[in-house]
Amino acid sequence: MNDWNNVQIRPAAACGGDERIDLAALQSKLESSNDSRSRFWRSLDELADTQRYEEFTHAEFPEEAETAPSGVSRRQMLKLMGASAALAGLTACTKLPAQKIVPYVRAPEEIIPGKPLFYATAMPQGGVGMGLLVESHMGRPTKIEGNPDHPASLGATNIFAQAAILSLYDPDRSQVVLQGGRISSCDLFTAALRQARDHHRAAQGAGLRILTETVTSPTLASQIEAVFASMPEAKWHQYEPGGRDAERGGAQLAFGEYVNTFCRFDRADVILSLDSDFLASGPASVRYARDFTSRRHIETPRSEMNRLYVAESTPSNTGAMADHRIPLRARDIEAFARAVSAELGVASGQSGANDLPKKWIAAVARDLKQHRGRSIVVAGEVQPPAVHALAHAMNDALGNLGATVICTDPIEPKPTNQVASLRDLVSDMKDGRVKTLLILGGNPAYTAPADLEFSKHLLNVPLRAHLSLYQDETSQLCHWHIPEAHFLESWSDLRAYDGTVSILQPLISPLYDGKTAHDLLAVLEAKEYGSHDAVKAYWKGRYTADHKNDAGFESFWDKSLHDGFVGGSALPEKRVSVKNAVSFTASAQPAADALELIVRPDPTIGDGRWANNAWLQELPKPLTQLTWDNAALMSPKTAQRLGVTNEDVVILSYGGKQVKAPVWLMPGHADESVTVHLGYGRARAGNVGTGIGFNASQFRTSQAPWFGSGLKIQKTGDRYPLATTQFHHVMQQEGRTEDEPSVAAFERELVRVGTLEEFRKNPDFAKNPENRTTKALSLYPGYDYRGYAWGMAIDMNRCIGCNACVVACQAENNIPVVGKEEVRRGREMHWIRVDTYFRGGLENPETYHQPVVCMQCENAPCEVVCPVGATVHTSEGLNDMVYNRCVGTRYCSNNCPYKVRHFNFKMYSDWETPSLKLLRNPNVTVRSRGVMEKCTYCVQRINSAKIEAGKKDRPVRDGEIATACEAACPAQAIVFGNINDPGSRVAKLKAQSRNFALLTELNTKPRTSYLAKLRNPNPEIEG
Amino acid sequence: MVTEPLRTLLEIEPEAPIIGPGHDYASVTDKVSAIVLTNKTPKGWFVGLAIAFALVMTLMAAVGYLFITGIGIWGNQIPVAWAFDITNFVWWIGIGHAGTLISAILLLLRQKWRQSINRFAEAMTLFAVACAGIFPLIHVGRPWLAYWLFPIPNTMGVWPQFRSPLMWDVFAVSTYATVSLLFWFVGLIPDLATLRDRAKNRAAQIIYGMLAMGWRGSAVHWHRYETASLLLAGLATPLVVSVHTVVSFDFAVSIIPGWHTTIFPPYFVAGAIYSGFAMVMTLGIPVRRFYHLEDFITMRHLENMAKVLLATGLIVAYGYGMEIFSAFYTGEKFETYMVMNRLHGPYAPAYWALILCNIIIPQFLWIKRLRTNIPVLFVISLIINVGMWLERFVIIVTSLHRDFMPSSWGMFRPTQWDFATYFGTIGLFLMLFFLFIRFLPLISIFEMRQLVASENERAVRSH
Repeated sequence: MNDWNNVQIRPAAACGGDERIDLAALQSKLESSNDSRSRFWRSLDELADTQRYEEFTHAEFPEEAETAPSGVSRRQMLKLMGASAALAGLTACTKLPAQKIVPYVRAPEEIIPGKPLFYATAMPQGGVGMGLLVESHMGRPTKIEGNPDHPASLGATNIFAQAAILSLYDPDRSQVVLQGGRISSCDLFTAALRQARDHHRAAQGAGLRILTETVTSPTLASQIEAVFASMPEAKWHQYEPGGRDAERGGAQLAFGEYVNTFCRFDRADVILSLDSDFLASGPASVRYARDFTSRRHIETPRSEMNRLYVAESTPSNTGAMADHRIPLRARDIEAFARAVSAELGVASGQSGANDLPKKWIAAVARDLKQHRGRSIVVAGEVQPPAVHALAHAMNDALGNLGATVICTDPIEPKPTNQVASLRDLVSDMKDGRVKTLLILGGNPAYTAPADLEFSKHLLNVPLRAHLSLYQDETSQLCHWHIPEAHFLESWSDLRAYDGTVSILQPLISPLYDGKTAHDLLAVLEAKEYGSHDAVKAYWKGRYTADHKNDAGFESFWDKSLHDGFVGGSALPEKRVSVKNAVSFTASAQPAADALELIVRPDPTIGDGRWANNAWLQELPKPLTQLTWDNAALMSPKTAQRLGVTNEDVVILSYGGKQVKAPVWLMPGHADESVTVHLGYGRARAGNVGTGIGFNASQFRTSQAPWFGSGLKIQKTGDRYPLATTQFHHVMQQEGRTEDEPSVAAFERELVRVGTLEEFRKNPDFAKNPENRTTKALSLYPGYDYRGYAWGMAIDMNRCIGCNACVVACQAENNIPVVGKEEVRRGREMHWIRVDTYFRGGLENPETYHQPVVCMQCENAPCEVVCPVGATVHTSEGLNDMVYNRCVGTRYCSNNCPYKVRHFNFKMYSDWETPSLKLLRNPNVTVRSRGVMEKCTYCVQRINSAKIEAGKKDRPVRDGEIATACEAACPAQAIVFGNINDPGSRVAKLKAQSRNFALLTELNTKPRTSYLAKLRNPNPEIEG
Repeated sequence: MVTEPLRTLLEIEPEAPIIGPGHDYASVTDKVSAIVLTNKTPKGWFVGLAIAFALVMTLMAAVGYLFITGIGIWGNQIPVAWAFDITNFVWWIGIGHAGTLISAILLLLRQKWRQSINRFAEAMTLFAVACAGIFPLIHVGRPWLAYWLFPIPNTMGVWPQFRSPLMWDVFAVSTYATVSLLFWFVGLIPDLATLRDRAKNRAAQIIYGMLAMGWRGSAVHWHRYETASLLLAGLATPLVVSVHTVVSFDFAVSIIPGWHTTIFPPYFVAGAIYSGFAMVMTLGIPVRRFYHLEDFITMRHLENMAKVLLATGLIVAYGYGMEIFSAFYTGEKFETYMVMNRLHGPYAPAYWALILCNIIIPQFLWIKRLRTNIPVLFVISLIINVGMWLERFVIIVTSLHRDFMPSSWGMFRPTQWDFATYFGTIGLFLMLFFLFIRFLPLISIFEMRQLVASENERAVRSH
């Protein structure tokens, strides 16, 4: 258990002689103190008490032995000061893990101050791994990037991976072991667990239960197996609130067994999504986004493009990318899927609803049939297993299985129907058959389906222990709470969506002495090893079994850690065939006129596990741009029928439960359907997440986890303010409901869109007409950019609007959060924003995303108006902000036509919280109150690349500098580089005919430009 | 060019008296100096000062909290990064203009009727500039560094950026404040000597004596006085035009639709004089009433000021018209949207209120019966003050809140601290004014004596 504390730090020549002070022991002694505020001073006494410390100081000052011990002499004073310096060294430095971890090749072998190191690890998302590279400054991780070699990342990340670094340093994380709500110690818990183990072992494990979230870790599974070997009656339950039960159920329906399927969107010409948001949610979404957008990469008018059809209930990022999108209530998707499969010749019973768009369905089916083996039908997690099975059947009929849809064995060592598994557990708890329950991660008291009454029956269990990052609703109900180590503090292993195994290595020793599931299972196994040894032992076993001996294991281990994944561990493709599709029973169709309720994981805080992450709370939710709250989303038409509008509070009644929720109008939402998001209304999330929003989790039942009919809505007449980052206003124009700012944006040609057909006929459609091309007129002489000229191109055809860039920028540039009230005032600080515009009526609009960074104008309006020269032009064309000079007149922001500048109206940066100090990027100033700030094109990255190149006496190579937004972008929509180099990627993009810049008529000469969006509609539908 | 018709306009009725009948040198001196030296301070003065002082305390609290917390206590945001702060700044600066116009331009134009109102109009200028000067200082994010806007040689390498109109503002406003103060003080010297001579109280004798700077009323003194005041008038005259022109550059030089307008300099200057005369009237009418100065501030004065209001109001109306016309004439989509948004957008009530206050209601001044009705004049002057504040608010806030990028459109909502700061400066202005009328002659004694002399001369001639 104490594998972190045996660190033997030996300061060089600290003692001179053989007598060495065991600093590690001292350190662990200090750490046993729970009150972090008192740690400094109390431990001074403690340290002064130890005999060894006295010897240590005597050895340091040998002549000290002779001084007379009366009063505080000058020497004693110095000694004391020396002691406090030693202590500062002990407590203030970050802690390196004890075991050998292997840095990534980009970095030098050893730590050099100011030089970050990169380590490969992986992050669990719904239990499934995504490979990461984590930047570490002097032993503290500060920034997460994707691992370019890992199949689930390919170098990109998503909002959760970007924000995970904040969770690591979250001051609200659980820091101590609690017994019955009172501070206890890990040793006491271990003793209690040992006692329970011995007790259960005598009864063959009867009454012992382990509840985990989805587990893909081979080591953890083998540990659990080992535990059960001696206790066969014990049971393992898995429950993941936003899990993939429907996907597993669908595979079982279709193939008769659990099969893991994943898509190869890079091979697909035509894609039909059935309520699936594959681009932005799910464990493979980052890879999917990359693959999908790689087929939207346009270089010339001859380039080809894929075509995406989406039938969906709640508008999603995927729906926004669709060439054809049809809003359908979630319950109508199944009938729609049946209708399409009937057209495809997959017999599947009656289609049910008659109001489906027949022509549309026929056209989609024809398009799919024309692209056999090059198409994909993908079903969303919120749809029932039958829809997944239908999708499999259609893919089978289209010859896509094995071509664009790959089947493998399950990535989970023990795939289960998780809701059923939880139901079994609850019924056993109810009947008193559970004596000891070990909850390893997750927060079932909040997330379990309401009808199971998990919390109520949990109290029947005589011994309940909960391992988690936060003291949450479940911890409250358990006898024991054990702080969990964050994944950046843990040794473990994970499988990715395709089975590729990553070995997680810790970037930092647990800040609060957290434990991993491996640690607790080791106790049950009656083994004295920590998670590192458990993982290594497992892989050594595997390696030895595969290679017949363990020679070369160490280099295998080092290589796996270094690369971030175990080479060749992806699961082999599996040949499966679909059973008769007729046998897929239709789900019960409720009365057609009832209002529908859809529950979905929140786009930014998921099932509630990110509720205390302020970056994700303040991140505008895609399409709605809401922050800090969930809302009842409905179409403008439904809202009109109900007589409600934005921010009206309504009472939602469903399944005997009632909740008050504010209304938000969501263009493109299916009519007569309301979407609510999970993750809010938390009772115990932490200082950030507690008590905001409403709890939609109580609407979920084990039968209908995602949607159901029979919602009643009642107006209250109250209003509840919601904070959004983009202004929207519904207005009537030409008999259509339109969004006023969006109409203005298209009038002003801020967004330029054409169809593929139009582009082929007129490749210059996005260009400014001659009379609006600006001449080089300026009062002031221009600049001569001789060396580098930094520029950026953003391909709107690739951007999926996932917001990963926004969080990446926040993490890289120490951008503060401001809170809901300030967002409402319009004071959010994000340096990059993703604007959303709607076109073509709000019933089913086309949706466009436009990431906006600083344009770094060559004729910058901000520069001339600053009275103190705080924003100045560099020789490379950047508009630099000199924070030290800024007095805060805000004139620059007024004069910025793009409004990319943000002002510290108050002291937004947290300068106080100690753990957040570790989080900061040391290369970026933490801004104080009263200072203007904005996107710098990540000037710190530019400069470090220039210094590196300068040392080697060569120019910076193209691609060597990736801005934080560019690096994070899963769609590769953002490209940064030197526009003076005609061979650079950015220069090539800017040379494309689709290239346009915003508001060029103002003669600002922006360095950031955009590539026009293209749509690829089916002429049969649109024509 | 503007001054010629103005001059004729003002001299339509040369016969109307600018000083009441029956005054001689002694009665003028007695009447004005008694307010300061001998009369019992009226109770109303204490009440007024108390109210003003309470507002000053509000200002202190608001500014104190601002310094502790940051300008986030106001409603300013992105995109509306300037709101009440700069609105108030421009409003106060504009109010100041009437004083300079009266004392400098009308002096050069030999408009004798100005002599009874120029002293308190000049005082009003100073106090308004003081109130205006507060805002640029406190509205910056880091007010403790506001001195960086001045070209002070230092070792930090900080030097002003002279292309910024805010820099021009710093010079324009500080020059204006300096010249106004000097002009006012020089004009006070003969009267301070009168007070020194008439004061019975030893402390007053010493203080007024020091301030009088040894004035003995010799011919040499009068000669130097006349030269100095003429020079200062010459210096101040261009400032009347330049200060508000430079203030308008803050907007005109930018690229924001609604700001980027070449008509701004003349339109701002006219607006400044408009609001300044309205404020002179707002202050003059009650002072005249409470201190029984009807003989010195006559109906002729009030009517002349009403005519100035009418004239400048029409120039301002022309400015509003041209803004709309040029937006549609260019057909430029941003300008057109800006105008439509002013007329119909979320801040449309402010725009229509401004049209009502600044254009429609002042048209009543065409009617002589109303123009000479003191309560009507007082109410109209108040309405114009409100209207001119709204004008600056509309220009600043409605232009900013919806500019080029629809995604960044936003709304400014003032907070209690916005109002506290604004009303606080009104309190400061009033407090300074109350102190002024208590401790200094609010009408120029020696100039009134000159008037008596010339009136007597005229009377002798006409007989």
